[in-house]
Amino acid sequence: MAKQRVVIVGGGLAGLSAAMKLAEDEVSVDLISMVPVKRSHSVCAQGGINCCNKFTRSQGDTEWNHFDDTAYGGEFLNNQPPIKEMCDWAPKIIDLADRLGVPFNRSPEGNLAVRRFGGTLYKRTIYAGASTGQQLLYALDEQVRRWETEGRITTYEFWEFLGPIIDDQGVCRGCVAQDMFSLEIRAFPADAVILATGGCGLIFGKSTMSMVCTGGASARAYQAGANYANGEFVQVHPTAIPGADKLRLISEAARGEAGRVWVPRKPGDTRHPNQIPEPERLYFLEEKYPTYKNLVPRDIATREIFAMCRAGYSVDPATYAVYLDLTERATGIKREVLEHKLGAILEIYEKFVGTDPLDEPMKIFPAVHYSMGGLWVDFEADPKTGGLRLDSPRNQQTSIPGLYAIGEADYQYHGANRLGANSLLSCIFAGLMIGPGIRSWLKTVPGGGAAAAASSLFEAAVSKHKDATHQLVNRAGTENPYLIHRELGALMTRNCTVVRVNADLKTTLGELDVLHERWRRSALSDKGQWTNQNLSFTRALGDMLIVAKVIASGALDRDECRGAHYKPEFEIPAPTATEPDELKRQATEWCARYFEQNRKWLKTTLARHTASGPQLSYEPVDVSLLPPRPRTYGVRGADIIEKIWKQQYAGKPMASAGEASPRAALAAN
Amino acid sequence: MSKLIRLTIQRQDARESHPYAQTFEIEHKPQMNVISCLQDIAARPVTVAGEQTTPVAWDCNCLEEVCGACTMVINGRVRQACTALVDNLLKEQATIDLKPMSKFPVVRDLFVDRSRMFAALKKVRAWIDVDTYGYLGEGPKVEPSVADRRYELSCCMTCGCCMDVCPQVNDGSDFIGPQAIGQAALFNMHPTGAMSADQRLEALMGPGGITDCGNAQNCVKACPKEVPLTWAIGKTGRDTTVHAIRRWFVK
Repeated sequence: MAKQRVVIVGGGLAGLSAAMKLAEDEVSVDLISMVPVKRSHSVCAQGGINCCNKFTRSQGDTEWNHFDDTAYGGEFLNNQPPIKEMCDWAPKIIDLADRLGVPFNRSPEGNLAVRRFGGTLYKRTIYAGASTGQQLLYALDEQVRRWETEGRITTYEFWEFLGPIIDDQGVCRGCVAQDMFSLEIRAFPADAVILATGGCGLIFGKSTMSMVCTGGASARAYQAGANYANGEFVQVHPTAIPGADKLRLISEAARGEAGRVWVPRKPGDTRHPNQIPEPERLYFLEEKYPTYKNLVPRDIATREIFAMCRAGYSVDPATYAVYLDLTERATGIKREVLEHKLGAILEIYEKFVGTDPLDEPMKIFPAVHYSMGGLWVDFEADPKTGGLRLDSPRNQQTSIPGLYAIGEADYQYHGANRLGANSLLSCIFAGLMIGPGIRSWLKTVPGGGAAAAASSLFEAAVSKHKDATHQLVNRAGTENPYLIHRELGALMTRNCTVVRVNADLKTTLGELDVLHERWRRSALSDKGQWTNQNLSFTRALGDMLIVAKVIASGALDRDECRGAHYKPEFEIPAPTATEPDELKRQATEWCARYFEQNRKWLKTTLARHTASGPQLSYEPVDVSLLPPRPRTYGVRGADIIEKIWKQQYAGKPMASAGEASPRAALAAN
Repeated sequence: MSKLIRLTIQRQDARESHPYAQTFEIEHKPQMNVISCLQDIAARPVTVAGEQTTPVAWDCNCLEEVCGACTMVINGRVRQACTALVDNLLKEQATIDLKPMSKFPVVRDLFVDRSRMFAALKKVRAWIDVDTYGYLGEGPKVEPSVADRRYELSCCMTCGCCMDVCPQVNDGSDFIGPQAIGQAALFNMHPTGAMSADQRLEALMGPGGITDCGNAQNCVKACPKEVPLTWAIGKTGRDTTVHAIRRWFVK
């Protein structure tokens, strides 16, 4: 029997950790990436990676608290066994990264230093300056290079994934990819294909994401029959700086290290921020959220910033902006300390904006940052631990057998909102964890695997992609793909980000159809056969339009507010009464409506591709470990809601008995 | 009418073909950098002479100077296109000038092939030889000052600026370049990495190794991340000398 191979597409943290783990276990890996893997988007992650380690433990933290924070932060839309397993593994993952030589910041005693991040009250974020993602990525990149020299990993950099190869049994037998220089298209037969291809921020035009984050690979798997889940959940980060080409992130670590968000109390105050005295500043997050203060989760911080700006408090007349203050005057922390802990982001702000954030407050804006949604993937829970059965071939498997997804490309770990410093963790966790499951899959791969597949299967797949590419290159038309992309970005940013309104979402879907039609009439300005970036971009734009429809239709159908998905039309009004009996009545009603909302909408959105657009269905979320509760983050006035919820709803089962679970049905097949 | 800005870009259609220049004019926008100029040109690839052409090929990804991809020679100085802000460039000269890096083979236009830098990382074994990815407990304690120096070295994004400005990196030399020496120092400073320091030092001895450094010190000035390259070269140079003497005695 021929040697089995696994193809991994994407060389960010998820793809690299899967590659090195499989290589260690003597599985041959082909690693395909559009960029040298060392330049993957994971480098942009700044603030840190979460885990409960010995230091946080001494402060009273536990893995369970991390799990609870992750579920609560995601408004319970994340399946609980996978996140429980992830949080349990987190300390071990950090220890491994430390052994691999990641230059984490250290305490005076030489231990790993920690800081606080959003959505938690514990300091459990380990960091390497303000470029933690870069440092982790480099450590994994180095390990992959080590296995390359031993011949266990073959890297194909500047190759682009065009689609999975699926046989007539519906099993994935490899993929087709294109050399981005020579434009050669060839098949990569494999016994499993793992997509670790990241998020889809470019759908929003400008975002904090890198230029490869088009979502193209996920879209290609989706069009080949893989389900897409929770597409409508898109994280808008509260603090970024604008640019003509992209929006650049200013890490949550800035607030984790005591940075404060404020606006002048007098709207339109034209004084320089340093001239505005303390009593005339409105620290609106601190006032409204006395427990979490500036470290409420991102969706909440972003909405509060939006609300302030819409009320006229923006500090920039042209757009929505507020101050993020790291000066010693506001934080009481000396310049040298912050330079040491936040150097990389201070430098980026100064390079792009021209002022020193330790001298005067930064002007920051919200920006699309992360896709919580992604390819639907399976898991197999272990009833003994509440976590996962680690050797199950179902873990991270998409709805196409043999096709897997990990990292930001999947939907599994973050629910309706991702907590800061959980993304690096979820990427490395899924990458390492998938190893044993893939090995189980390889042992039982149906039909003898790729080696037994007819060569005609691969030839047909290659020929299909060659034809499509030929057609695209030679297409005649008057539309310009770059201009369509700008319109797409503006449309999606306007209607599918912080505030969503059904009427606008309906219009958006119509406009997406128009843009898609125009894309079909777009022509390439480069018809050459060497390093044709125009081809890659235009092809990806078609895919972005497909995923944009998944996002917009998911958002339209989901009539509720949950995490990053906020629809004012369906917001449950907060109790406002001052009279105790009336307040209690309002809170009771609030809880009843929230319970009903969970019963109806605490479900994963599944999108299936059809020629006429996405077809949506819903599956229940596994909340077997922690009952859902109102996500208030201690907002002023919420105590009464929490009290009534505890009395009346704690532990009350949500799903009606006998509700069919598509997951169970899939498992049974 | 908004202001127009002018760019002259060195084009090259393929690896072996001859370079030529094209000039473009685009509208000035706030917060513009070289990347956004190239994006605007891609959207309307027409030269000032009115000639319809192809979009310029260039390498980029993160656009926030942390991936290292978009390095090119801008107004005669090698740097990243993302942090090269147009308003600052126009203070340097009236027409912005873009050329590919000079020490690497051109793939197309501003896109160069830097694979030799990644190959150099293999040569110096720039990794920690851990026994397993399985759980073996915590990593070794690291002194905060050592961790800080390692962090500085580890910010190297393989962008190639140091290679482009180094007089010793040229067609007639095999010099491995400052970046790989910096990475060897990074791993030799780690408590576990130090156990295999000799292998990295051996890799840097002989032709193309550390003694080919001409001490021009251009690298450290060109590095956008202020990686302490000359410090690393000095330290690694001393370490190789000690290693060579020790090896001579042991033989």
